[in-house]
Amino acid sequence: MDALISFLTDFNVRNVVFGAALLGISSGVLGSFAVLRRQSLLGDTLAHASLPGVCLAFLIVGARQALPTMLGALVVGSIAAFTVLLIIRRSRLKTDAAQGVVLSTFFALGIVLLTYIGNQNNAGQAGLESFLLGQAASIMPSDVQLMFYITLIACGLVLVMWKAFKVISFDPGFAASLGIPVLTFELLMTAMVALAIVIGLQLVGVVLMASMLIAPAVAARQWVKSLELMVLLAALFGMLAGVGGAILSALRSGFATGPLIVICASIIVMVSLFFAPERGLLWAAIARRRNNINLRTQQVLTDMYHIAEEHNDANYPIEIGMVNSLYGMRLDSVMAGLEKQGWLRYDKHMPEEGRHVVLTTNGYQEAERILRDMVKRD
Amino acid sequence: MIESILNNPDFVIIAVGTLVGIASSIVGSFLVLRKASMLSDAMSHSILLGIVAVYFLTGNQNSPFFLIGAAAVGVLTVVLTESLAQTKRVNYDAAIGLVYPFLFAIAVLLINIFVRNVHIDVDAALLGEIGLSWLDTQQLFGIEVPSSLIKMTIITVLNLAFVGLFYKELKLATFDSGLAATLGFRPGILYYALLSLTSLTAVAAFDAVGAILVVAFIIVPPAAAYLLTDKLFNMLAIGSVIAFLSSLLGYGSAVLLDVSISGMMALWTGVFFTLCLLFSPSYGLIAQSFRFKQQKVVNAQRTLLIHLFHHEDDENREEENALPALQSHLRWTAANSREIVMDCLDDGLITKQADSDQLFLTEKGRIWAREVLEPWQHS
Repeated sequence: MDALISFLTDFNVRNVVFGAALLGISSGVLGSFAVLRRQSLLGDTLAHASLPGVCLAFLIVGARQALPTMLGALVVGSIAAFTVLLIIRRSRLKTDAAQGVVLSTFFALGIVLLTYIGNQNNAGQAGLESFLLGQAASIMPSDVQLMFYITLIACGLVLVMWKAFKVISFDPGFAASLGIPVLTFELLMTAMVALAIVIGLQLVGVVLMASMLIAPAVAARQWVKSLELMVLLAALFGMLAGVGGAILSALRSGFATGPLIVICASIIVMVSLFFAPERGLLWAAIARRRNNINLRTQQVLTDMYHIAEEHNDANYPIEIGMVNSLYGMRLDSVMAGLEKQGWLRYDKHMPEEGRHVVLTTNGYQEAERILRDMVKRD
Repeated sequence: MIESILNNPDFVIIAVGTLVGIASSIVGSFLVLRKASMLSDAMSHSILLGIVAVYFLTGNQNSPFFLIGAAAVGVLTVVLTESLAQTKRVNYDAAIGLVYPFLFAIAVLLINIFVRNVHIDVDAALLGEIGLSWLDTQQLFGIEVPSSLIKMTIITVLNLAFVGLFYKELKLATFDSGLAATLGFRPGILYYALLSLTSLTAVAAFDAVGAILVVAFIIVPPAAAYLLTDKLFNMLAIGSVIAFLSSLLGYGSAVLLDVSISGMMALWTGVFFTLCLLFSPSYGLIAQSFRFKQQKVVNAQRTLLIHLFHHEDDENREEENALPALQSHLRWTAANSREIVMDCLDDGLITKQADSDQLFLTEKGRIWAREVLEPWQHS
């Protein structure tokens, strides 16, 4: 326990954990809107495309400082977003190609600038590559402070513009008919995605940032239906992933923080996809299985009813083997289920024959009810 | 002679770049047309996991098994993405953005844990090192040939052969996959074959141009070509030409500025894309805005002609078919109406006496007006 406390009060670890928590909150909140507006991959595009901004900021300032880096990334990210929008609106290319073109060419420019800086033999250039995958160890308290203010601004903006954001996310056509300047707000929301990316650059880097925007939002969507709850839950999930990844990476030196945060976020998504009430895949699979069993049970019951009817004998003993061969499979479990319901009973039979079953009065009535319902449904 | 050319660094680098470009843009054309470009982004990232995994299992980086195993992870990415999207819990684009970062993160983590000293370096994997492609050679028919050149030639020939053999089927499946299915062509299998080749190309190009820049070669040349032409064959050809020119110019400018070669090659594809986006005669922004302005003029001309036609036999003819009426009735500005009247006079659609403000339709102008008003007589 003491070890854990001293571990958590460790100066460096605390920095990273705080930073990761802030990153999770901001990308959870801002990512929710991106995911709902089906612009999940815009974050991916902008994250890759902000690399030249990082390099340009370095070239202008001459050293690696948090604020210029973030500004550079924000400006170039916004230019990239605008370019994607221009290509989609004014050319015959679709969203995917526009994003792919901008992502790869901007990133190429970033790589070219990186190597250019590398050749300058500037002492301060060390570690610019870390923006590719992030480098938690290099985070300073002042960086965390900056991240805190940006998160505050982003969340404040979302609160102030909540109604407009909500309407635009679900029905931009309706928003336009209300007189809301949709394009302006869409540009603003896109710029805010760039803002979320800027916060995450130092921690998870440009390559994995897409996941931070998408994963918490997708996970939150599985549990709740209202936007209010979804945004809150996404912030919580983002924070959990961030803190989890940061702590895990601190346990052993040399573990990159970014990938661990992304893996934590992915695990949260998997758990949500499978176990969230109502939408969970596990419940759907169980319900489907139960449904199948019910259908099979009803089928067998009504078939036995028909056999009994054929013989004009409600107590006609039916050999299980015969029903098995009718279905081409063993129906022992179905028969057992029917018996448990009290719809059939096992009958005496000759030693050389297989087991026989007879419908009970209840089973007879149940079969009639099912058939009646079927007729009604037609 | 041949040997000295094949081991000339300049030649090898440009040749490898060109082959990567051609192989990528040939399969990329179909991805762009199927609106699945971002799948190549996802695949090219997650093959890192394949490379790491196969490296652990075999300890060898040069066997063909290595290529295939790593490419399989690329295809696995697509399978996972599609099945995630099929649950209807997640949008398709969100599914892409969930699957590949996860696989990529695992790959980075594995490298972190196990291979700190081995030479799978994440930065190199992301950025590639085409500048060294001529160093690693092997014997072929008694000649020393760079391995990367052999590898990329095989992949390029493979891609060309696939597209050549299944050209009609691919075309049909791309533009009308419903019809292709009815005709019994199994568009799904073709699609996965295409994706497998894309993944294979990405893996082969990996050490040359890196995971992210290969996306530039897969998407950008076809996207640029798509802005120039409507024909699939032309799109493939133009994409390949752009890939070649980008390699050539990219290498030249990279040497000049002493920066990343593969980065510069990818950047040049972006330059060509920008040129096509701006200047394409059919779909370029400039041609578009020019056509837009022209259409505006034609619409205004038609409005004027129809106005004159309506009032030709009117009792108010003198008031309606006069210059002042254009401002008061059609609500045009003075400058605007003067301009359009001039345009119509130039095109011989109306006549006007020099000293009066009365406008008269010519026979040609009358035909224009009737074409709009009575389209059924002119179709």
